Amino acid sequence: MIPMLLGVSLLSFLLLQLSPGDPLSAQRGNPQVPDALIHRIETEYGFDKPVPEQYLLWLSRTLHGDLGYSFKYKRPVADVIRERVGATLLLAVFSSLLSWLLAVPLGVWAALRRGQWPDRLVSLTAFVGMSLPSFFLALLLLFAASVAPPIPGFGRFPIGGLVSPEFDQFGLWERIGDVLRHLLIPGLVLAVGGVAGLQRVCRGSMLETLRQPYVLAARARGLPQRSVLWRHAFRNAANPLITLLGFEFSALLSGAAFTEIITSWPGLGLVALEAVRAKDLFLVMATVLMGSFLLLAGNLLSDLLHAWNDPRVKLS
Amino acid sequence: MSALLTVDRLGVSFATPDGPLHAVDGISFSLERGAVLGLVGESGCGKSATASALCGLLPPGARTAGSARLSGQELTSLSEPGWRSIRGRRISMVFQDPMSSLNPLLSVGEHLVETLRTHQDLSRAAARTAAVEWLRRVGIPDPEARLASCPHELSGGMRQRVMIALALCPGPDLLVADEPTTALDVTIQAQILDLLASLRRELGMAMIFITHDLGVVERVADRIAVMYAGRIAEEGPAEMILAAPRHPYTRGLLDSVPGFRPRTGRLPSIPGTVPSPRDWPSGCRFHPRCPDADSTCRESAPDAPGSDGGAACFHPVGSP
Amino acid sequence: MNHALRRFESVLSANTPARVSFWVLVALYLAAIFAPWLAPYAGDDESRACSWAPPSTIHLRELDGSWHAPFVRAVSYSFDDDARRVWTEDSSCRFPIRFLVHGRLLGLDHPVVSPVVGRDAPTGRLYQQPGRPYEPAGRLYLLGADARGRDLFSRILYGSRVSLTIGVVGVAISTLIALVVGGIAGFAGGWVDGALMRLCEVVMLVPAFYLLMLLRAALPLDWDSRLVYFYIILILSFLGWAGLARILRGMIQSLRQSDFIAASRALGLSPWRNLWRHALPQTFGFLSVQATLSIPGYIVAESGLSLLGLGIQDPQTSWGNLLEESMSIAEIRLHPWSLLPGLFLFAAVLSWNLLGDALRDTFDPRSLS
Repeated sequence: MIPMLLGVSLLSFLLLQLSPGDPLSAQRGNPQVPDALIHRIETEYGFDKPVPEQYLLWLSRTLHGDLGYSFKYKRPVADVIRERVGATLLLAVFSSLLSWLLAVPLGVWAALRRGQWPDRLVSLTAFVGMSLPSFFLALLLLFAASVAPPIPGFGRFPIGGLVSPEFDQFGLWERIGDVLRHLLIPGLVLAVGGVAGLQRVCRGSMLETLRQPYVLAARARGLPQRSVLWRHAFRNAANPLITLLGFEFSALLSGAAFTEIITSWPGLGLVALEAVRAKDLFLVMATVLMGSFLLLAGNLLSDLLHAWNDPRVKLS
Repeated sequence: MSALLTVDRLGVSFATPDGPLHAVDGISFSLERGAVLGLVGESGCGKSATASALCGLLPPGARTAGSARLSGQELTSLSEPGWRSIRGRRISMVFQDPMSSLNPLLSVGEHLVETLRTHQDLSRAAARTAAVEWLRRVGIPDPEARLASCPHELSGGMRQRVMIALALCPGPDLLVADEPTTALDVTIQAQILDLLASLRRELGMAMIFITHDLGVVERVADRIAVMYAGRIAEEGPAEMILAAPRHPYTRGLLDSVPGFRPRTGRLPSIPGTVPSPRDWPSGCRFHPRCPDADSTCRESAPDAPGSDGGAACFHPVGSP
Repeated sequence: MNHALRRFESVLSANTPARVSFWVLVALYLAAIFAPWLAPYAGDDESRACSWAPPSTIHLRELDGSWHAPFVRAVSYSFDDDARRVWTEDSSCRFPIRFLVHGRLLGLDHPVVSPVVGRDAPTGRLYQQPGRPYEPAGRLYLLGADARGRDLFSRILYGSRVSLTIGVVGVAISTLIALVVGGIAGFAGGWVDGALMRLCEVVMLVPAFYLLMLLRAALPLDWDSRLVYFYIILILSFLGWAGLARILRGMIQSLRQSDFIAASRALGLSPWRNLWRHALPQTFGFLSVQATLSIPGYIVAESGLSLLGLGIQDPQTSWGNLLEESMSIAEIRLHPWSLLPGLFLFAAVLSWNLLGDALRDTFDPRSLS
């Protein structure tokens, strides 16, 4: 795991070297940035030294938790990342759960009604969901939210952001409710993209599993239908789904970033974009590293889920 | 009639793109309580379809004809909920391949506890104790520890023992064993057969033992029914069938198994091959391969064996 | 080749969604090619007086009840008490819709197929805006206008040229890179293989969005507009090559060790020639399916990049770039038609996905569900 992250850091470092000038060139002309600050960073990160040495300097500082300084936010990069990662994680977890909640029943239903209209309908909606770009769906939902009348008990649909302006005045439950309301649109956008692929795999896997002898044997023992379907068929069908979860994590993080930007959800993706626009290169590197780290963590989680579900899997 | 199971002209047909395929074509037999019927035949004769029909496990698109009555209850007209009350409780099945018949994700204990609690009102702890007892009964050493084992950790013989425990723990009246020893080593086969025989004595359930192996059926069966091409060729007490077969097919089968009869010289084999259900021959289906066949055999089908057994043949062995 | 084409044909005739998708794509790509003939206006034809004009109402009856050929009226706007635009039509004019009116492209006259506004019937004037003699008053906005009064329909047509082709070119380059890297790794083996595969894994470890950001940060923000298209292709190709390279390397390795290679080597044939003539063509079926399935992703990636302002820039158009205008959520209900490029995007992606799925079933029956 660590070597991979090192590889990513090396790759990003080298790529950013392609950028004309050095990481500070954008800031040098900026009157708001004091010269002393620029000079300090120059020496600390060794911009006058050869490239390999620069990398090693950066690496050693990173390992000590110092990810550099962000000129846009005027704070250490590590602080900025720390503040924003939580929001991205929340969005990723919420939308993953939502997509599973939607995809599994749909996939199972399609498998049980193979070839009939539910199967075709679900398959078609899967294609639609897969083909709808997440940012377009986000725009559509936000448009709908902006013209929708307030729903009693729910209030107006929030059209962006993490919390309402009055958040600080809320009690704990109200705060949770507020965040959930704001989470709805971005979470839904991401879930729709995920449901499509998940549902197809679920259907295929279920069809495969339902044909297995142990499902027949379970029926032969007189076990109730629900038990046969979920405990015997679905648990076995879930293995490819968990694998898919691991594979899809990369797409999930990318989709989350786009969705965050459009719905103004203050997460890692939004930070990355702003960093690129401001040419805040330390921040760019940190977001890339964080993104890769999240991906690794997601894969690890998927491996753990595999082992939990299937006693045949041995963790290395 | 005190028979446990009465099968009367049972037929099974499968839907195919080219029309219905009649895998089982009007078979009749009866089974007394506690008795063992050996259903013998080569692959393609319809014996597995018969087994599936008796447990309601035919694939969608299959149709049954005729009747099969278990203690007076008609099985062929049962709906799925009706079958769920019968399976396990009154009829149970043991399958050929124990590896694929056990859920790879669940432990032995979880399998047993689930089945026990489905059919009886037991607490988890009571079910666990009963599970250990069943494992002991089927001859699994160190049953307490084996509860936590998963199917892939067990040998073939052990898995089949677990399958048998699973099939028998709800206490069925009839056990349908579909080639239960075919996938096992020869030495293990004998153990499993002995196990089945002793369990039958202990629990008093009837058994239909399906196999292609005459040597196996010799050890377990009270009566034997020989199937060929979807019909029963011969039926009767086991000793009689094996010592003095009357149907030419049965005789051919026995002759081609080494060790059944003392002989010298080449091992005879039945000429020709088993016909596929798509082209069952006319009249007596065995006639293309029968040395004694004549025009009658080609034109009309012989009567099926009656309730006392007999051979479905116009010229049984030993008749003029 | 013929065999493959025939199979493709048979799959299309059996699979209705794929067949429809195929024709939709043909229509879209033809529209892109013939954009100058189909677009009523040039991509940069502005009319500030018609900023954010809604889609034109096409009239058939005059105020006095008489019937005419379809026509439009000049529109103008004013602000109401809530500072919202209110559009009113000038009923004194009538601009008939004409087809095949000559336009000018590259200094040459050519007929424009698309409907264009003709001269005003009562006055015979084409340009009639008090105080602004050079601004056309009668404009036909089939799908509405943007902030600068540019016709959205025309811009969608011109934008399709970028959006629809960048994906295909990007995939082609990606595949080429993957072939080279995967090929070298598969052939060479040893530490070269190991190093290249590690590189692939590292690239694959970065989620696509962050990789895009990284690459974009590495390149200057203000681009020479002629080079933008190529820069973006470069960035996009960097996204997909790694995964494909790994698969190709695996395929080549297994092909190298396969029996028929060993057999032909035993017959004295050179192994390189083998691989070139026998092994590689086997990968082509797989590659073409992969490419088709990847195109939608690249189209969406370009649109996303342009949407964020990091891709195709004004005055050039792409569908993503056009959607950028709908990003200000608070105002979008004032001009909801700016969401329409997204619909075209959706149609193109859906069609490619359905077609790619049908292709996959043709060439790789193992993956049939």
